[in-house]
Amino acid sequence: MLEIKNLSYQVEENSKEVGILNGVNLTVKDNTFLVITGPNGGGKTTLAKAIMGLVPATSGEIWWNGTNLTPLSVTERARLGVSYGFQQPPRFKGMRVRDLLTLAAGNETLTQDEACQYLTRVGLCANDYLEREVDTSLSGGEVKRIEIATILCRKSGLMIFDEPEAGIDLWSFARLTDTFRMLHQKRESTIIVISHQERIIDLADEIVMVDRGEIVHHGARDEILPLILNTTEPGCSYM
Amino acid sequence: MKTPNMTKADWKLLKEIAELEQTPMGAYNIRKNGQLAGRSNTSSIEIVSKTDKPGIDIHVKDGTKKQSLHIPVILTETGLNDLVYNDFFIGEDCDVDIVAGCGIHNAGCETSQHDGIHTFYVGKNSRVRYVERHYGEGEGTGARILNPQTIVYLQEGAYIEMETTQIRGVDSTKRYTKIEVDAGGEAVITEKLLTHDNQTAISEMDIILKGSDARGRVISRSVAQDHSQQTFYPRMTGSAKCFGHVQCDSIIMGEAKIKSIPAIIAEDTDAQLVHEAAIGRIAGDQILKLMTLGLTEEQAEEKILEGFLR
Ligand SMILES: Nc1ncnc2c1ncn2[C@@H]1O[C@H](COP(=O)(O)OP(=O)(O)O)[C@@H](O)[C@H]1O
Ligand SMILES: [Mg+2]
Repeated sequence: MLEIKNLSYQVEENSKEVGILNGVNLTVKDNTFLVITGPNGGGKTTLAKAIMGLVPATSGEIWWNGTNLTPLSVTERARLGVSYGFQQPPRFKGMRVRDLLTLAAGNETLTQDEACQYLTRVGLCANDYLEREVDTSLSGGEVKRIEIATILCRKSGLMIFDEPEAGIDLWSFARLTDTFRMLHQKRESTIIVISHQERIIDLADEIVMVDRGEIVHHGARDEILPLILNTTEPGCSYM
Repeated sequence: MKTPNMTKADWKLLKEIAELEQTPMGAYNIRKNGQLAGRSNTSSIEIVSKTDKPGIDIHVKDGTKKQSLHIPVILTETGLNDLVYNDFFIGEDCDVDIVAGCGIHNAGCETSQHDGIHTFYVGKNSRVRYVERHYGEGEGTGARILNPQTIVYLQEGAYIEMETTQIRGVDSTKRYTKIEVDAGGEAVITEKLLTHDNQTAISEMDIILKGSDARGRVISRSVAQDHSQQTFYPRMTGSAKCFGHVQCDSIIMGEAKIKSIPAIIAEDTDAQLVHEAAIGRIAGDQILKLMTLGLTEEQAEEKILEGFLR
């Protein structure tokens, strides 16, 4: 179970404290498929990074399976089964897709077959990609899909995907949706997907809406979906 | 002809520089502490000791295909200053792999130095793959110095792929490479370098594309750690219709200093020359990404450098 208790993250801007996350409370039961959505700049990525340890909490606590993650490093959290697919994944000169997947799988013996399977699940043809370098020769959508494959490789208890749809073409996106559906059906991990895509939201057991650093709605999909549709009405009086 | 008489420590050096674990197949010449330690010729590759100065002449017959030549050098005595001239005469229509390299084990307190001067004459339409590794080790306080010079003359349609690697262990290196490329020829040079502690490395290069449709490409990847210093002068000259590309990429760490001074010189309106040079630290998000895969910060850094210098 993932428990976030009164989590806040503040930064200083022009010598003023700005709250990026403001007292977030969230409990996610094991093997839930949770979709986090909400407007740009609402704090979704910051929340995900705080769970992974990439952003330090100013106050509050994060617990995972009875362990308090808050004082732990990124590495320690990763080893306890937390994984996070970056919204904007970095590129690595010289490192091949094969190398990155091997590191992600955490064993030197990731077979060709396994590596191929993970790439196929994100809509990439393994033969074309395994030996390619994860550098600027790859498009944004390709890097993004490789990023998702690294999370699939890890088979963690908690998988967080940050806007997996970004930059991905329709055909690959359909493949990706199937993969998320499969993960969901297996129910072997807790899955958190930050997304605005209807097809991914449709898979959700629960939906969380984050706005201005706060959780404004949280509940079962059928309960939250109508609320979201309401709040996406244009708020600008000129429209 | 001598058979190699090598100790375990010698084989360790040979493995580092030439990936040799036993006497190589094909032609070879092993030089140890300034002396010939083993040689083998084949029907198409002949190695002859020079008579006027230290070194060897290597003759590769026209049409020699899929053959390899190993010419490693090892230094295990402290205080040795080894200067050697190796000339390669490669015929026409050949396809050969040449593995060179120098390993120094300096257990003493005096300087061990090897200066290898290699000259290649590559005949028409021949293809050469030249791999050179530098490696230094030893608990002694004596410096390990390597100053290689490589001069290559590519005749029409000839091709050389040159890969030089020096990862750790060499205190001071001053490298000079010059390649002249005739019509339709191509030179691809990959240079990989990692320095640490107080090491210094200088690499100077002149690639001269002098025949029509000559091509040249330099890929330099380096990592400077601790207080080490590196200087690069890759120069590409185009004096005919040609295409040249110089790409230098460095990662800087600790208190290191890196200077990269590429030059492209065009002497013909149809010369097309490009250079790119970049120096920077390891990006923070690269380290963080690998940490999210369960690596420690140190392991992440190591993997990033390993990939970069692969
Ligand atoms: N380190 C930081 N310093 C200043 N502002 C930040 C920092 N990190 C995030 N923000 C701001 O916090 C807000 C939330 O960002 P983010 O979590 O990326 O939102 P979302 O993923 O929901 O689009 C944004 O306005 C962003 O500019
Ligand atoms: Mg975001």
